[in-house]
Amino acid sequence: MTKTAFLTDATICIGCKACEVACKEWNDVPADGMEWSGLSYDNTQALGASTWRHVLFLEQPQAAGPQLADTQDPFRWIFLSDVCKHCANSGCLEACPTGAIVRTEVGSVFVQPDICNGCGYCVVSCPFGVVAKRPEDGRAFKCTFCYDRQKAGLAPACATACPTQSIQFGPLDELRERGKRRVAELQERGYSDARVYDPQETSVGGIHAFFVILGEPENYNLPPAPEVPTVYLKSAWTSALVSSAILFAVVCIAFSWR
Amino acid sequence: MTPVQKPGITEERLQEIKRLAAENSDVSKKLVSHAKIEGRDSYYGLPALKPPVWTWQVPLYFFIGGISGVSGCMAFIAQLFGSDPSLIRVLLWIGFCGAAVCPVLLIADLGRPARFLNMLRVFKWRSPMSLGAWILTGFSGCVTPALLAHELIIHGYGHPLIMAARWAGEASGAVTGLLLAAYTGVLIGATAIPVWVQNRKILPAHFLTSGLGGSSAILELAGFLIPATHILGFVASGIETLFEIFFEAHKPEVDAPLHHGRSGVTFRIAGILEGPLALLLRIFWGSLPTGRHAAAICFLAGALLSRYAWIWAGRASAEDPKTQFSLQRSGAAKP
Repeated sequence: MTKTAFLTDATICIGCKACEVACKEWNDVPADGMEWSGLSYDNTQALGASTWRHVLFLEQPQAAGPQLADTQDPFRWIFLSDVCKHCANSGCLEACPTGAIVRTEVGSVFVQPDICNGCGYCVVSCPFGVVAKRPEDGRAFKCTFCYDRQKAGLAPACATACPTQSIQFGPLDELRERGKRRVAELQERGYSDARVYDPQETSVGGIHAFFVILGEPENYNLPPAPEVPTVYLKSAWTSALVSSAILFAVVCIAFSWR
Repeated sequence: MTPVQKPGITEERLQEIKRLAAENSDVSKKLVSHAKIEGRDSYYGLPALKPPVWTWQVPLYFFIGGISGVSGCMAFIAQLFGSDPSLIRVLLWIGFCGAAVCPVLLIADLGRPARFLNMLRVFKWRSPMSLGAWILTGFSGCVTPALLAHELIIHGYGHPLIMAARWAGEASGAVTGLLLAAYTGVLIGATAIPVWVQNRKILPAHFLTSGLGGSSAILELAGFLIPATHILGFVASGIETLFEIFFEAHKPEVDAPLHHGRSGVTFRIAGILEGPLALLLRIFWGSLPTGRHAAAICFLAGALLSRYAWIWAGRASAEDPKTQFSLQRSGAAKP
């Protein structure tokens, strides 16, 4: 099957949270609490075991492109629907000791709920802080990329519900191109800090849910240079084996002491 | 259930805002966020990583697994150098008891304990958690027959086959035991948590040293006040002192959880106990049994506390997006 992707565009999102609602309805995701964060209109604050789409609300003291260039008090309010990135080299998938986390035929990363035993290792292995353990259930959960809907030829629930086409769904290569074209168009219109967030140059090797954003990735809690944790294995194991050999020698010396 | 929640973010606060607005049409600035996201600020300072969800059983497992693994290795070496069979017996028992307790601790930590066997469903080279499950299984499978054979031999059943089984069990127990003591450092070092990643080369050595000192401390407390345990006690607390000096002399921003907060305080106490204090006790009172016992207890307490400090440091590190992002920007997060 062709690899599919999400292109989520912060410049068209209106912050309606229809994606969050559609996701919860379709996937039967439990409530994630009702807390007033005081952080703009964001009361869920982060992706989590029961928050698979999360709309960010950024208040920034700067002009949102050409239309506000001469304002005395520059201000822009940006919304972006965050989601699991479905990394090309996925930290959670590599870390999973049970084989519960798999790569599907559409290129997404899927946690099989009937296999996961809730060891929690994927949680610390995700460079984007996405996958989480649901305490009352014990297992790890995250966005499924609506694998069930995709198998039936449907688009994911969030993309279907999005009223402004801020969340677009389609073939990976096509959406990558569309993202680039969109940024070029935005820059031409004066949004000089428009960019695609898709870390292809790091060990993550690109993501299947990329974003068109204004400003720095950090502002959206998107890590500027995420690395898949397996890149640290070589140095850690080298240290483990060298130290083990030294320990063995030291114990030999100690026990041969007369 | 409660999602990511900060103190003071409650329904009561909304009521307070409403009350203030109704009373004097002015709301105290403390109640609403005026946070603006500028430059390369993170998203309102909220965590960009998920903290480790491991329960108290996991650091305890790191501690016990380390000691029992190194004990398995020491049993083989002691056998190799023809040491006292009763010493080998104690070492094999430590290894066996550890190997029996460790799976219980790990299963208790699982979100779905009944599914613990799923750990042995696949073998993944690139997952330290998967390797760890296999290493622990392998270690149990080596140290148990070794102990059984050793018990038979000291009770007079010295059949050559039993002797061979003991050698095989001890030799393979030495290899799997060392891996068991060291892999936990790799397990947390190869993750997305900045403070663990930063120290990924030190962690396996640090955890192995703790296992070594812990194992010889238990031997001393069991009455084996022989030169070998004294030497190993010196070496382990000496190396821990060097690590302590390293962490004090070299304080990158990413190591802040090792110096501040609950994890920092615990880390320091643990470091002093298993490093300089255990070393000084050994230097000044090492000739007395009480001195050596005190040094052994200090080391064990320090080694145990340090495992908790590392996990807590990981939690604090996951909640600091600023350091995480600046490390990545500076290229320091590259392998």
